[in-house]
Formats: sequence, structure tokens, C-alpha cells
Amino acid sequence: MARSTTEHDPGLFRGSSAGLRFALIAVLCVTLMVLDQENKHLVEIRKGLSFIVQPIVYAVSAPSSASDWLFDTLSSREALQEENARLQEQQLIMSGLLQTYSALKAENNRLRALLDSTEKLSDKVLIAEIVAIDMTPFRQSVLINKGSFDGVQVGEALIDAQGVVGQVTRDRQVSAEALLITDADHAIPIELLRNRLRSIAVGTGEIDNLSLPFLPRNADIIEGDLLISSGLGDTFPAGYPVAIVSSVRSNPGQAFLEINAKPIALLNRIREVLVVKTQKPLAGLTPAADTAKPPTTTAGADE
Amino acid sequence: MARSVKLWPAIASLLVALMLEVLPLPEMLNIWRPPFLTLVLIYWCMMWPSKIGIITAFFSGLALDILCGSLLGENALALSLVAFLTSRFYLQIRIFPLLQLSASVFALLTISSFVSFWIDGIAGLPSTGYSRAFPVITGTLLWPFVMGLMDRLRYIAENRKSSLF
Repeated sequence: MARSTTEHDPGLFRGSSAGLRFALIAVLCVTLMVLDQENKHLVEIRKGLSFIVQPIVYAVSAPSSASDWLFDTLSSREALQEENARLQEQQLIMSGLLQTYSALKAENNRLRALLDSTEKLSDKVLIAEIVAIDMTPFRQSVLINKGSFDGVQVGEALIDAQGVVGQVTRDRQVSAEALLITDADHAIPIELLRNRLRSIAVGTGEIDNLSLPFLPRNADIIEGDLLISSGLGDTFPAGYPVAIVSSVRSNPGQAFLEINAKPIALLNRIREVLVVKTQKPLAGLTPAADTAKPPTTTAGADE
Repeated sequence: MARSVKLWPAIASLLVALMLEVLPLPEMLNIWRPPFLTLVLIYWCMMWPSKIGIITAFFSGLALDILCGSLLGENALALSLVAFLTSRFYLQIRIFPLLQLSASVFALLTISSFVSFWIDGIAGLPSTGYSRAFPVITGTLLWPFVMGLMDRLRYIAENRKSSLF
């Protein structure tokens, strides 16, 4: 225990200098937090710092990527052949469906031209994988393995094979942080597929639940209705499935319905996502067309 | 120079703790994840108060903020406060028997958890209720094991004759 005496020696003024140091650091922390909350002053600094901690991300996610790789390399020839056959079959079915789809799309564009609205552009996508690290436990966010080097930008939507997953909230160099649609801070503009009734689906913080708090009691919505993204707000591309209404409750004392919906994307099981890079047509054109059209359609559906 | 070279066990254990903080866990266990980084930091602030202190706490907290995408400075502030309190009272805490020591660790973890709770509240993040207390409980229960492990590491570092480390 001789060493413990040597550790006291910087001690004479230690108390006061530690207090001063803590005060300075606390002020620094508060300044950082205020600047970060504004979400634009510290973007570059965050990016730079995230590059430094990237090795930790790699180290933590290494076991899961290694097991994936091992599984791929060690799987038997039969299994691979079987998978290959299955995928080819699927591909055939898909391309069959796609033929009719392209005809429909052309028809749709012709009809839109007749209505004098802008042509619908197809979306570009980028495949990304979810990095196996846990972000802060009180938010529903994930890290994907494509970042600003790959062209991912803040605000781009994430979808999986089934439906909408979330949106990119912060881009790093080789990865990006994304918020899931079920985060309690997240809201997505949606419409009902059945009657184009528009509303907003708000996250609840539970991974399998969205809520629709803004529909009045006479709204035409029933259990099992499919909600698709409406494309309003310009963040999410229009027409992707979001959730299925799981319960509709009408409280006599309240003006609004209590509606819950279950996200279609398997939010807690996804490994791969598509980053949708929306091609924005000339600014000012689409919003006008979008806002001008839906009211007439909803009115028609109501009658 | 010899003093700064001796820092490797602290830095290595802080790095490992940082990794454990973001290690993927099932949804159910995630809210129970012990605050590894805070525990390791408390240990080193208590044992090597002249080497590990507020500055180390600030930088490791900043790294944690970046890693898990929280507000920049949130964990940094909570950890700096814990480091400040620990290095303020290390003479008392260090000679406590294990039970009392665990109680002090419980107090420190509670303080740090409250700091981040307040910051989240001010920043307008949704409140999460009782689940904030879970990491404090698991952290306190884990403390004796962390301490045993770190003691061994420190013993190796302090009694090593070779100048390699």
C-alpha cells in the first residue's frame, strides 16, 4: 500500500482545481448540447468525431458479420442450389408481375398527363445493411452501413421488402443513423388505400405499434385498412405501404378516434434496407399539384 | 513519462466498456443494460485519482454520445459529474466495505441517470418512466464483479516489472 501515498501528492489544491475543471467542462457540455439540439451547427464536428469511433463500431459488429460470412461460406452445396432455385423461381414470378406493372405505369403516366399533373418519377434505391450495434435504448434508431460517402443524405426514407422502415436522421461518412417510424418522436404522413383519407401516423415508442391520433369520430376507417405513405411533406415517397390498422376505438367523451396500427415492415427483424433516393422534380411543381388534387378525390369517395 | 505509460489498463478497460455499451442485445435485455462505462470510470477515478479524472470522463462520454447517437455532451456531462464526485470523495469511498461501496456506487449511478433524464426532458425527448431505474439496479449488482476484475487488472499493471507496458 506504499503506492497510495504517492497518489495523494497532487492533493493540496486538488479540490478547488477539480471543481473549477468540472465547472468548465459542464459549461462546455451544455454549450455542445444546445448547439447540437439546433441540429445544424455541429453536423461537421459530429461527422469528424464519428469517423474516430468507427473502429469501435466495426469491432462490436464484427462477430455478427463474421458469423454471417461463416454461414455463407460453410453452407452446403445442396442448400445453396436449393436457395438458388427458389430465388430463380421468385425472380421469374417477379419479372412476370413487373411486365404488367410497366404497362400500368405507362398508362398511369398517360392519364396523369391528361389530368395535366406532373409525371411520376421512379425512385432510385441504394441497398444498405443494418449494423449490429445498439443505439440509445430510449429511442428507436438504427445504424446503417452506408453513409455520406455513398451518397446517403439526411431525410431520405428507408424501406424494406414489405414497407416503410424509417428515415435517415444523421449521416456519418461510412454509416448513417436512422429513426424508425415507431419512435415516439416520429410521425409519417399517410393515407388510407381504400378511400385516400389522409392523416398522420405517430410512433408510440413500441416497436409494433403506431397511433393515428388526428382522425375525428366520423372518419371512415375500419380494422384491417392498409395505410400507405401519402408523399406529403416531401420526406417519404408516395405509395409505399406503412401499416395495417389493428384497432379502432371510439370514446364517446372524446372528439378523436383512438386508432392503433401495426407496421408492415418487420422493424425488429430487418437486416437489409433500401435507402430511397427520391428524385425531386422541379421545386414548386409537385406540391401544388398534390395539394390541388386530393380534396376532390376524398370528396368523391365520401359520397 | 513512466506514469503516462502505465495508463494502459485504464484505457483498455474504458474501451471495452464502451464496446459493451453498444453491443447488440435482445430488446428485452436492452433496457436492463448495466452502465458499463460509468462503472469502469468510477473504479479508475477511485483508484487512480491523479491519472483518471474529469477530462477522461468527458472524452469517453463524448465517444459514447457519438456512438449511440444521443445529444452531443449528454453522457459527457453525466460522466464528468460522476468523475468529479468520485475524485472528490475517493479517500472516503475507497476504504468502505463492499456493501457500503456498492451503496455509494448506487448513489453515483442514480445521479448520472438523473442527469441524462433531465437532459432528455429538456431536449423534449419522450419520457420513459421507470425503465430509467433498471440500469442503475443492474449496474449496482454488477459492481462487485467489475471491481474484482479491475482489481486484478490493476494489480498486474502496478506489479509488472517489465518496462514494456
